[in-house]
Amino acid sequence: MTEAPLLAVRDLVQEFAVRGRGGIKGGVVHAVSGVSFDVWPGETLGVVGETGSGKSTLARSVLQAPRPKSGSVVFRGTDLTRLRGARLLQARRHLQMVFQDPFGSLDPKWRVRDLVAEPLVAYRVGGAAARRRRADELLELVGLDPSGHGGRRPRELSGGQAQRVAIARALALSPAMIVCDEPVSSLDVLIQAQVLNLFERLRAHLGLSYLFIAHDLALVKQVSDRVAVMYLGKLCEVGPGESVYRRPLHPYTRALLDSVPGRAARPGAAAGGAGSASTVISGEPPSPVSPPSGCRFRTRCPRARQRCAAEEPVLRELAPGHAVACHFPLADAGPDTAGQEAVPAAGTTGRSGRGIGEAPR
Amino acid sequence: MNGEALLDVRDLRVTFTGRGRQVRAVAGVSYSVRAGQTLAIVGESGSGKTVSCRALIGLLPPAAVVTGSARFAGAELIGLSDDQLRGHRGTDIAMVFQDPTRSLNPTMRIGRQITEAVTAHRRMAKAAARERAVELLRLVRMPAPERRFAEYPHQLSGGMRQRVMIAIALACRPRLLIADEATTALDVTTQAQIMELLLELQRELGMALMLISHDLGLAAHYSDEVIVMYAGRIVEQAPARRLFARVRMPYTRALLDAIPSLERPAHAPLPVIGGRPPDPAARHAGCSFAPRCGNAADDCRAAAPPLAEHEPGHRWACWHPVGAKAAAS
Repeated sequence: MTEAPLLAVRDLVQEFAVRGRGGIKGGVVHAVSGVSFDVWPGETLGVVGETGSGKSTLARSVLQAPRPKSGSVVFRGTDLTRLRGARLLQARRHLQMVFQDPFGSLDPKWRVRDLVAEPLVAYRVGGAAARRRRADELLELVGLDPSGHGGRRPRELSGGQAQRVAIARALALSPAMIVCDEPVSSLDVLIQAQVLNLFERLRAHLGLSYLFIAHDLALVKQVSDRVAVMYLGKLCEVGPGESVYRRPLHPYTRALLDSVPGRAARPGAAAGGAGSASTVISGEPPSPVSPPSGCRFRTRCPRARQRCAAEEPVLRELAPGHAVACHFPLADAGPDTAGQEAVPAAGTTGRSGRGIGEAPR
Repeated sequence: MNGEALLDVRDLRVTFTGRGRQVRAVAGVSYSVRAGQTLAIVGESGSGKTVSCRALIGLLPPAAVVTGSARFAGAELIGLSDDQLRGHRGTDIAMVFQDPTRSLNPTMRIGRQITEAVTAHRRMAKAAARERAVELLRLVRMPAPERRFAEYPHQLSGGMRQRVMIAIALACRPRLLIADEATTALDVTTQAQIMELLLELQRELGMALMLISHDLGLAAHYSDEVIVMYAGRIVEQAPARRLFARVRMPYTRALLDAIPSLERPAHAPLPVIGGRPPDPAARHAGCSFAPRCGNAADDCRAAAPPLAEHEPGHRWACWHPVGAKAAAS
């Protein structure tokens, strides 16, 4: 069990047709373009990306809602992309999701207890009394009072309480993994901290794995073992959280880190102090309908050269478990990488190989 | 200090009445802003930060009762009629909101929306207004301003739409710009671009800038002075650098501790406080933060601590501030 990844995603591609005036086919949005990663049992993989990076599409493609255009999603040894109907439902039972807007995912007419028990009904688990007991148990687990909150309707809850209900509901079928898409972005900071702590507590108690997707770097680092950085439908960097933040290899990761208020410079001080390479990234992300050739970040990259336009960089491991898709990764990557031309990863070996998002061929 | 204040707010109160309930959204707020200064007002949803600013320019529903005083360059704003306030809006005080898609008219080219703002307070020939609008787009660093002039809001990205909103806000050269969560809906790299733009424009045009935000990190980084609001009141105010070095109000401390930081190790539990802000319709004695506060004692529940300047430039409203012992040494 511990030797195989819980979720293995390979070369995942998702595209959508966009229609121009009069319904004529206008182009194809390359939302996710060949993404590969593993999530191990009990592990949290964080995915960071900006609007339009394809991170939400990635989450949905993993869940087969809608089905990805190509690639494989192997969850607990079964490729979800090859299953349909009842067998897909059965396989997906252990893979649940929590979304950003709890009110949008909870039927306003239902009572909290019924909302939490609904997955049990859908999968015909237990009798009515057993389901009720399980729902109360779950409410308690997420820090709600079954007798007080159980009978309420979503509109009688605060945002934080509603998100707890959504989490309880996701836990109803004892999943092995929860895909979280911006699960705390709509909450105030104090409530957000409570819900983040809840996620961590559940992980420890229930041995859950998370695919945790968010735009906030610090937030993702807080909950993740490994972090993947996504830009315009591709992963540009994957590695252990601490090393991605301390020694980013991809210029985009560096730019993201430098954009966090209070990180590039101390409060009140002028920018460009200690780490004066910090720059506000300029320009807008290109359209995913016509992504740039070669490296997709090259149009905004301060290090871009001719090779970046001609040749697409692939993920390669430069430090233990730390991979980057860049022809000219940041030189101060670490003491063990000599110069800029680092050796491509030979393969995934033992424990250190765990960190790699894509198995090099 | 009051002598040079551009905006001087004294004991501002906003109460909403309806359905037999009285909701005190803002319960006595006083502060001032100088020309060229950046003041941040930070708080959670419902803390009254937005309502207190909207009250200044009469952007509240009729059910709101506003009392107190707000003097802009010596002239009183509170109690003015809508017509009188219109003379101040845009020319003296302009506002940029969180959601540019909802503030822009989707059926109108952005150029026309800007020219409309330009000619709202000043009669101007059509060609001159157009020229001024393009100039404004250039001012907010819009790429290819002449081309963007003829485009509709949906053709622009979120960051570019917010640039258009800023251009509209600057159309009449306001002396105070209020940015209400102006970058909250934007990505972190775009947020940095827009904040840098606002600060550059502030320097170029000599405006005062007020940042309303839920994000303490953003406030600390981009402002000179920070006000923290809780339940309709100011609970702490200090120069940005000082506030974060020497937090006194336990609520501010709790806010700071709850923010995930890149410096923290992964999986370390975030220090959290329980409970929720008080119901603004309920009246209670004592400090409104006392039920959630680790430092709370009997005196906190008996009487509300006044906001007072305990140290030069640093105001807080707390009977038992954090770090009191450390400060004594």
